Amino acid sequence: MTSTDTTTTERIDHLDLLESHAIFIIREVAAECERPVLLFSGGKDSAVLLHLAIKAFTPGKLPFPIMHVDTGHNFPEVIDYRDRLVERLDERLIVASVQESIDKGRVADPGPFGMRNRLQTTALLDAINEHKFDAAFGGARRDEDKARAKERVLSFRDAFGQWDPRKQRPELWQLYQGKVAPGEHLRGFPLSDWTELDIWQYIARENIELPTIYFSHQREIIQRDGMLLAVSEWVQPREGEVVETRTVRFRTVGDATCTGSVESHASTIEDIITETATSTVSERGATRADDKFSETAMEDRKREGYF
Amino acid sequence: MTTTSTNNDDVMDLLRFATIGSVDDGKSTLIGRLLVDTRQLFDDQMDAVAQASKDRGVGDLDLSFVTDGLRAEREQGITIDVAYRYAATPKRKFVIADCPGHVQYTANMATGASTADLALVVVDATTGLKEQTRRHLCIASLLGVRQLIVCANKMDEGNWRFPLYERVVAQMSALAKTLEIESLTVIPISALNGDNVVERSNSAPYYEGPTVLEALESAPAGGWAGVHGEEAEEATRLPVQWILRQPGGGRTYAGMVDGAPIRVGEQVTVLPAGLTSTVTEVRTPSGPAEVAQVGLSVSVALADDLDVSRGDMIVGSANQPTVTNEVEATICWFGTGSLTPGSRFRVKHTTRTTPGIVDTISSKLDVNDLSLSGASELVSNEIGVVQIKTADPLVVDSYGVNRITGSFVLVDEVTNITVAAGMVGIPTLLHQG
Repeated sequence: MTSTDTTTTERIDHLDLLESHAIFIIREVAAECERPVLLFSGGKDSAVLLHLAIKAFTPGKLPFPIMHVDTGHNFPEVIDYRDRLVERLDERLIVASVQESIDKGRVADPGPFGMRNRLQTTALLDAINEHKFDAAFGGARRDEDKARAKERVLSFRDAFGQWDPRKQRPELWQLYQGKVAPGEHLRGFPLSDWTELDIWQYIARENIELPTIYFSHQREIIQRDGMLLAVSEWVQPREGEVVETRTVRFRTVGDATCTGSVESHASTIEDIITETATSTVSERGATRADDKFSETAMEDRKREGYF
Repeated sequence: MTTTSTNNDDVMDLLRFATIGSVDDGKSTLIGRLLVDTRQLFDDQMDAVAQASKDRGVGDLDLSFVTDGLRAEREQGITIDVAYRYAATPKRKFVIADCPGHVQYTANMATGASTADLALVVVDATTGLKEQTRRHLCIASLLGVRQLIVCANKMDEGNWRFPLYERVVAQMSALAKTLEIESLTVIPISALNGDNVVERSNSAPYYEGPTVLEALESAPAGGWAGVHGEEAEEATRLPVQWILRQPGGGRTYAGMVDGAPIRVGEQVTVLPAGLTSTVTEVRTPSGPAEVAQVGLSVSVALADDLDVSRGDMIVGSANQPTVTNEVEATICWFGTGSLTPGSRFRVKHTTRTTPGIVDTISSKLDVNDLSLSGASELVSNEIGVVQIKTADPLVVDSYGVNRITGSFVLVDEVTNITVAAGMVGIPTLLHQG
């Protein structure tokens, strides 16, 4: 700004405020906790979270590592994106492997075509114990689910990794209090107050790179349980299911066996913003089979220690 | 008008509000109605609410299920913890903290109200204002809420009789006066049927004011800046969160700007040490800037090489805060046991955490008449005035001036649980009984 008028400055909008609040939370947790870690799935929310964390500590390095809980059922585009991003940023990446949990007998193998989303909890909690992390940043938003809508920005987990929704710590003003005993940890959600639309508007504003599966492309899919699942090594047509090629994109990134695509011609971020603003189905409703089992599916998984 | 209020105009597209109401007055139903009638819910979310309603035999669509998400909440039909909801209309964006009504969840209610610009109050018009609502309104006003939109709900059950509405208006007007409320709107509604929530109703011909949505859309909002105090003076506050080392030497100090904007060239003092210097560089998340507004996370460089660490505060030269090891404060006690003099805690104030001791408890509050009377202890969910001594000095403003530098929490040293919310000073609306 070259203006000589000292009473006016650049206008700050709701994205600036969400951004600054998230950066405040990230710095606060990094300062209060001894061994934080940033959970990164390769999805759009974790891409925004990582972007904000970099901003919080620039020009320095992140004062914590990045961790991917890898179900082994990945979209190759996402792993490719993750590896390029981490290399470009020159930051530390830890991969907590669900396959390893299965190999070690920590969890039962659900079979080659089984859903592994819930198994991530064991791999995540094992990694948190192994590395003695006392705080884990996640990209969860309160608008995603009714259980998440109830969760604090800093969410306490006991020594078993459990969330007790009836015993949440009071969290007033911007006083984020991060003290835990050994073995306990916190989940930190800097994007709590962001909506799906805020995320896309911010990605557009900041020009944040995403995995290509977020944008419209041709893909072989099958219809199952009302979802359009991508055919892959782990998702094969069952009897009566037909493989079709459709123009789709993904609204979320998760385990390939339970993350559905949506039919879409949105090939740019601007297209996606328009599509998001007019969508009639929620992000998780459209694309996540794991939330469809009961009205409190997310609450139950969170109690066990899920993200 | 000052620069800070110009700044507030710029963020008026975001209103944060909390809901207040007694058990069964229909608070969650109202929020459900607002979200449904402004089309914030996706089809699958509507289907899930309808299915849950059917499963529990509570009719076709129990709107309270939109916000009451936890298993225990649905089973008991109550709200346990704050549910945050997000809504956007063509006029503005809303962050809604749907707060619980039960007395044992007062800490959760205070969590939701501590960052609110406004309270949306639900009163069952057939029974009138309840003790619990009065209590929560008192807490909300202590926390700095100065605008109320009151819904006289269940008017349909009372055949929309004017005296029912009139009673709520009379009760709320009297209460608003004692709570120093600056703006009060009372609206006769039926959350169940949607009258006067988003759609205007013909059922109450005596009412000519705004619908609930119209009132929410036109209410003054501080946006996130609203948490920075209703009487924010031209007094920059930058609690230091983190030290950033710069390549080639030198350091910058990171934190969120509070009180008033921070500028390059500004004379500042680092407290509690009292060292002075000049701001040579301001970086916002968007890059270098001449000035950074309240609410932005920044890093600043100073002209002199000073010893500055986390917990220190960089302040402007006008209206400096108080540096003290002894704070008189009004606290809400959330602990399960009693608070007695001599109790030790960790005090978290801005970015500083220091050991503290509650030296004396001088009075406790009667929420019915806002009077303070002598007390030697506080029991769970009571509010009182205490004197606290801290190991390290705190850099404080009165809560009435600045919500960030005037607030703190007390943390139990053993369980690490936040057991009290404190506000520096005694609010003017309280009086000695």
